[in-house]
Amino acid sequence: MENIEVVVQSLPYLLQGTLVTLRIVVLALALGLCMGLPLAIGQVYGSAPVQKLVKTYVWIFRGLPNLVLLFLFFFGIFPSLRIDASAFSTAVVVLGLRSAAYQSQIFRGSILSLGEGQVLAARSLGMSKLQAIIWIILPQALRIALPGWSNEYPILLTDSSVTYAIGVLEILTRANLVVSRTYKPMPIFLTCAIIFILLNYGGMRLLHMIENKMRIPGYGNGER
Amino acid sequence: MNDLLFIQQDVLPALLTGIIMTLKLIVVSIPFGIAAGTVIAIGRVYGNNTISFLCRLYVIFFKGTPLLILLFMLYFGLPSFGITLSPFAASVLGFIICNGAYNSEYIRGAIQSVKGGQLIAAQALGMTKWQAILNIILPQAFRRAIPGCSNEMIYLIKYSSLAYMLTYIELTGAGKIVASRSFRYTLVFTVVGIIYLIMVTLASWLLSLLEKKLYIPGWSQES
Amino acid sequence: MSDKTKDIILRVEDIHKSYSGVEVLRGISFTVRKGETKVFIGPSGTGKSTLLRCINQLTIPDSGQIWLHGEEVTHSKKSINVLRQKMGMVFQNFYLFDHLTALRNVEIALLKVKGMDKKHAREKAMLELERVGMAAFADHYPTQLSGGQAQRVSIARALAMDPDVMLFDEPTSALDPELIGEVLEVMRNLAKGGMTMLVVTHEMGFACSVANEIMFMEEGRILESGSPDKLLNTPQYERTRQFLRKLMDLYGELGKSNE
Repeated sequence: MENIEVVVQSLPYLLQGTLVTLRIVVLALALGLCMGLPLAIGQVYGSAPVQKLVKTYVWIFRGLPNLVLLFLFFFGIFPSLRIDASAFSTAVVVLGLRSAAYQSQIFRGSILSLGEGQVLAARSLGMSKLQAIIWIILPQALRIALPGWSNEYPILLTDSSVTYAIGVLEILTRANLVVSRTYKPMPIFLTCAIIFILLNYGGMRLLHMIENKMRIPGYGNGER
Repeated sequence: MNDLLFIQQDVLPALLTGIIMTLKLIVVSIPFGIAAGTVIAIGRVYGNNTISFLCRLYVIFFKGTPLLILLFMLYFGLPSFGITLSPFAASVLGFIICNGAYNSEYIRGAIQSVKGGQLIAAQALGMTKWQAILNIILPQAFRRAIPGCSNEMIYLIKYSSLAYMLTYIELTGAGKIVASRSFRYTLVFTVVGIIYLIMVTLASWLLSLLEKKLYIPGWSQES
Repeated sequence: MSDKTKDIILRVEDIHKSYSGVEVLRGISFTVRKGETKVFIGPSGTGKSTLLRCINQLTIPDSGQIWLHGEEVTHSKKSINVLRQKMGMVFQNFYLFDHLTALRNVEIALLKVKGMDKKHAREKAMLELERVGMAAFADHYPTQLSGGQAQRVSIARALAMDPDVMLFDEPTSALDPELIGEVLEVMRNLAKGGMTMLVVTHEMGFACSVANEIMFMEEGRILESGSPDKLLNTPQYERTRQFLRKLMDLYGELGKSNE
C-alpha cells in the first residue's frame, strides 16, 4: 500500500518529465528529418565527394554510443566553442544529429526503390533535376519511408532516457530524485517503465493513423 | 605534437582497462542475448497459448522500456527484494534481457519465414517436433536472422557504455575519468569515440564475413 | 536556306556514344522534316533507345551534333530543360508518376515547368486526355490502369507540352498483346494529324502503314533506310530483308497493317 501511495504522490512530478521527454523526442525527430532528407538526397543524387561526405557522417554518427556523443558535446565541443548550451539543447542536438544519420539511410532506401524511370520521365518533360526531386521523387519517397521512419520514434524515446547522464530533467532523472527521497526504487522505476511503454504505444498508434491517411490506392504494388 | 604525446602516454593506457572491461561485457552478453532471443522466439511460435502470451508480454515490456531504466531496476531495485547484484552482473543481465527481446523479434520473423512444409516433412521422416525444430527449422532461421541480429549486436557494443551509469568503469567511464582529470574533454572523448568506431566497424566487417560464409547458393527470401 | 531545308525540324549529325568501352552509336546521321514519321528498327542492343535519349539529352553523346529548328541542342547555352519541352518522350515502361492521378500526371509539367495557371492547365490536361481517349479515367491512379491505358496517359502527358517532335521508345514492348492496338491507334492518329514522330518499335504493321521512312540500325549504324515499300521489296542489304522477315514472322504480317 505504501508503494502505491508513493507512486501516486510522485506521479505529477514524473509526468512533468514526460513533457520534457516528448519535447526532446519531437525536436530530435524534426532535426533528424531536416538533416536526414538532404543527406539522403546528397547521397543519391550528389557528386562523388558529396556522397563520401554523407557516408562518413553516417558512419560516425551511427557508430558512436549516445553516451559518448552526449559527453563529447556537452563537456567538450560546446564549451571549447564557447557555446553555453543547456543540457536540454545538447540532448536535442546530439539525438537529432544521430537520428539524421539513421533517417538518411531510410530515405535513401525509399528513394532508390523508385527506380530511375520517374526522374527520366520528369526530365523528359523539361523539369530540372531539382524540380524532379521535389515534385516527383520526394512525395513518393516520403510515403514509402513512413513505416521505416516511424521506427525512429521508439528509438528516440528510449534514447531520451540516456540524457539523464548530462542532467536533463526528463523522466529518468526525476525518477532518481524521487527514489533518493523515498527509497522505493522498484515501484518508481516500474512506473517509469510503464509510462514509457504507454508513450511508445500511443505514439505508434498516431503514426499508424498518419500512415493510413497518406496511403495512395494500390500504391507499392509492383512496377509501373 | 604535445597532444599526440599526451594521448600516447596518458590517455591510451588509462583507457586500456576500460577497453578490456567493455570487451568483457560484450563477450558475455552477446551469446546469452542470442540464446535468450531464441528461447523467447521459440516460445512465441511453438509454445502453447500461455507460454506464447507470456513471451509476447516479455517482448512488449522489454522493448518498450529504455535499457537504462531496466539497468536501474536491476541494480537499485532488486536489493529491496534481497538480491544484490554487482555492477557487472546487473549490467550484463540487463543487456541480455534487452538484447534478447530485440533478437527474439528477428528470430521469430525468421522462423515464420521458413516454409511450413519443412516441419511436416521432417516429422514425416520420423523426427519429433523438437528434433525437427532443432535440426531443420533453426539452422535456416538463424541464417535469415543474421542481418537483424548483427544489427542488435552493434547496438549492444554501443549500449555497453551504459554500464558506466551503474558505476562499472568500462571504456566510456574510463574516458570520463581521464577527461575530468586533465580537463581535455574534447580530445579524450574523440579518442574514445575513435576506439568505439574501430570496434563497431570491425564487428560489422566480421559479421558480414560470417553472413557470406553461411550463404547457401540459390537462397533467397522466400516465405 | 533552300525551301527544302526550311522544313527540317530535327537534324542529327554523326552521333557517337560508348558505354564502358563498347561503342553503341557509331556515327548516326539523319534529318527529319515537319510531319514526318521515322521508324527505327533493328536487333536489340543496337543503341536505338540510346539514340532517342541522346536527342533529348537525357544521355549526352560523346560526339556529334543535334539541331532542333536550326538551333543547336548539344552544346547549347540555353537550358536543356527549355529544349526538352519541345520534345516529347514516351517510354517503354510508361514511367507515370505513381503518386498522381492520370489528370495530375498530365497537368504537373504544365504547372511546374510551363508555369501555367491552374485553370488553364486543367483544361489543357483534360483536352489531351480526351485526345487519347482516357478522359473517363482522369481520377485514376497509375496502378489502377491497365498497361495500354497507362501508356496512353503517358502519351497525353508528353503531348500536353505541345512538343515539336515526339520520341517513342518501344512504346508497346511492355504491353500485353491485346493492349497494343489501342496505343498504336493513338499513335496513328497523331501521325495523321501531322505530328513529327521518331519511333523505335518492333511493330512492323504500324511501321509500314505510318512511317515515311524506316531506318534499319545494326551495330550502332544505320545500315539502310528508305520508304517501307523500298525496304520490304528492294532492300539494299540481305541483312535488312532477313531482319524484316523475322519481324514479320514474330509480329504479324503486313496485311494487317491497313486496319
